[in-house]
Amino acid sequence: MYIQSAYAVSPQGSFNELLESSAQYRGDRLTCKEPDYSKYIDPKLIRRMSRIIKMGAAAAMECLQQANVSMPDVITTGTAYGCLADTDQFLTRMVEFKEELLSPTAFIQSTHNTVGAQIALMLKCHHYNNTYVHRGSSFEAALTDAIGLIGEGEAKTALVGGVDEIIEKSHAILSRFDLYKKDGDTANLIGDPGKGTMAGEGAAFFLLNSQREAGCLAKLEAFQNWYKPSVPVTTLVANFLKRHQVPAGSIDLLITGANGDARYNSLYEAVQQSVLSAVPAITYKQFCGEYPTSAAFALWMAAMIVSTGRVPGAAEPAAPKRVLVFNNYKQLYPSLYLLSAC
Amino acid sequence: MENKQELVQRLKEQIIKQLKLEDKKPEDIGDHDPMFVEGLGLDSIDALELIVLLQQEYNIKLKSAEEGQDVFRSIDTMADYILEHEGK
Amino acid sequence: MSKEQTVYIGGIGVISAIGNNVAENLDALVSGRAGMQAMQRLQSVHKDTLPVAEVALSNEALAARAGLPDTVSRTALLSAVAAKEAIADAGIECSKWRTGFISANSVGGMDKTEDFFPGFLEDAGSGDLKMVVNHECGAVTEVVADALGIKDFVTTISTACSSSANSIFLGARMIRQGVLDVVVAGGTDALTRFTLNGFNTLMILDQEYCQPFDENRRGLNLGEGAGYVVLVSEEVAATLSKKPFCALSGWCNANDAYHQTASSPTGTGSLLAMKGALKKSGLSPAAISYINLHGTGTQNNDIAEGTAIATLFEGNYPPMSSTKSFTGHTLGASGAIEAVYAVLAIREGLVFPSLRLQTPMKDLPFSVTTVLEKRQIDHVLSNSFGFGGNCSSLVFSRAALNHL
Repeated sequence: MYIQSAYAVSPQGSFNELLESSAQYRGDRLTCKEPDYSKYIDPKLIRRMSRIIKMGAAAAMECLQQANVSMPDVITTGTAYGCLADTDQFLTRMVEFKEELLSPTAFIQSTHNTVGAQIALMLKCHHYNNTYVHRGSSFEAALTDAIGLIGEGEAKTALVGGVDEIIEKSHAILSRFDLYKKDGDTANLIGDPGKGTMAGEGAAFFLLNSQREAGCLAKLEAFQNWYKPSVPVTTLVANFLKRHQVPAGSIDLLITGANGDARYNSLYEAVQQSVLSAVPAITYKQFCGEYPTSAAFALWMAAMIVSTGRVPGAAEPAAPKRVLVFNNYKQLYPSLYLLSAC
Repeated sequence: MENKQELVQRLKEQIIKQLKLEDKKPEDIGDHDPMFVEGLGLDSIDALELIVLLQQEYNIKLKSAEEGQDVFRSIDTMADYILEHEGK
Repeated sequence: MSKEQTVYIGGIGVISAIGNNVAENLDALVSGRAGMQAMQRLQSVHKDTLPVAEVALSNEALAARAGLPDTVSRTALLSAVAAKEAIADAGIECSKWRTGFISANSVGGMDKTEDFFPGFLEDAGSGDLKMVVNHECGAVTEVVADALGIKDFVTTISTACSSSANSIFLGARMIRQGVLDVVVAGGTDALTRFTLNGFNTLMILDQEYCQPFDENRRGLNLGEGAGYVVLVSEEVAATLSKKPFCALSGWCNANDAYHQTASSPTGTGSLLAMKGALKKSGLSPAAISYINLHGTGTQNNDIAEGTAIATLFEGNYPPMSSTKSFTGHTLGASGAIEAVYAVLAIREGLVFPSLRLQTPMKDLPFSVTTVLEKRQIDHVLSNSFGFGGNCSSLVFSRAALNHL
């Protein structure tokens, strides 16, 4: 399985920006740097699109353009929260106007599969299109489906994405669950001794190809995720490496999902201190923040790292050839992605 | 009763706002231009938005989306309909 | 393990406005008893104008059946009741196998969120957070997966009205891939003001009882409910005390790619989905004994779906009906509820009627079945189409376990 191209709309403007001087954020959240949408989306379609739909559509279009593919065999999307801005708009007006004088657009666009559907509409793509909405494993489910279809011989190329947005009200509600630092700073988020993380958002899309094509970014050697596993994560990682016959020493870089919340650091540390003790490690959530589909950002970053040989935040270029991504959203949804240069 | 010319101008502004036709100005829309498919290129969702606009701004309630097809042929037909039904 | 192994239906479970379990649903389908009436449970200003098809049980009664607290979303309660029935029907111990739970819904725990919201809008610090913990679609699935003790694979699909048809074929695919042995697959949706008002803005809600595929159809009635099938591998099927008689033989998802909500006049997406599902099952259109239509009762759906059927079946039309004339449109649950009905059609040898048809659609060369028909049913095509052009078709086939 190959990642032919990838693109992320994220709090970082580009991979180059991430390398040269990553965007820093203070407070309790990171916000996406949005591209010039007119490059990607027809003005007739864009007028109805809320931010998440535009971000998703732009990431998908850029990804396809880079791969020079106009019609993927499959489109799968993962989103935990769906189109929050549209949901909020309709719900708020419904409450305030007592169920009268409601306009249809926000309702229509609030449907969870809108991002995938709008991409299909823009491409006039009649192929398989599915949307997964399972919390911290939404993107993983979309990826599982796409890999499955390629394995079944139903598809050669698959466009797979993970999208989630922050809106004011969802952020206000989530903040009440004590999830975020009040005065966070991405410069020293990871390793901060306090509780809480910083909220993030983003849209990342990938074009998977069953074959290696010219310009391919990375080989996706293996991928697995779990739902509330009963065994310790160190065992999951060890078994994963064993199953795929990957000696820990052959991994050049580990990217973990540590998010600066001191309450949960030990889970990542356990893996770094045992199975992967000799492997250099970096983190990614200081770049994109914490959100349910953030592993899509990590996968994009990992693909860019093995493709360019350059590592964000690393003093000297170490040119990693094999990278393992390990995220464990809320300690409930561990996922592992093993990539190598191709 | 207000002047039809004023109503037409106001309607154009309201339609641009309601339908988020951000690339359009009132003077871009001809009074007799077809609003759907050609012309403004509106679709069935826009028709529903226009029904909300009629109700919200002019207190006129259409019974069905089909009824809208005639009313929303052009800005001119929409203005006539409003003048005929406003305040009834 | 053969890639093309048969994926059997080991058990079924359903709850809808026409019954709280499979037996009650079947009884209503046979006796022509529809579930829509004036709104009883949902609190809405449209109470007196928009009929709906509500499940008869209160949250408290559902919670007692589900073994869950009555404070969780009604969407999860409906789901748990139907999923438990399906597992009990299969007589299967999920923990013995690699088991998945794949559930669909369209608005998650919105029933609770919309009660939370008025207070929250007045003061962002107010409102009981317990009411929003299950807002996410995936949270609803997890409440039930955890209650069932399933964790080998758990996910949620949301593609509007085709959602739970997609859950069912994903389950079958994962069994064929050899990843899972058993999958409890289906979907759930409770009525909410959010969806009621949403569909009302589209002006496609019928103020009377809906008349799918009628020339003078006026729209749909919303309903609520949940449906699940227990999909099992050949290996598992052979161990069941109640021998499976039916398999999921074909499926396909295609996109209309025409408009965010409206179907194309040619029914392109519907046609591709039906064709693809038949191809997967290796059947010709002539082999289909019954079509359970998407048949919402809207002008747009019925002509698009009908046109696609006219194109595909070319004059040889099997009996077909829309059971949404009984259950209303249950959105994320509809594909799965209708999958259960498809299995019942095969088991009982019945074509369920479409209710309230007065004038067949003039532009179609066929009409839907209006009376209960007893006949041998070998293959059922079930259609589910949703917003975003998401079109799915499933084929259920009589399949004996003779090769085991």
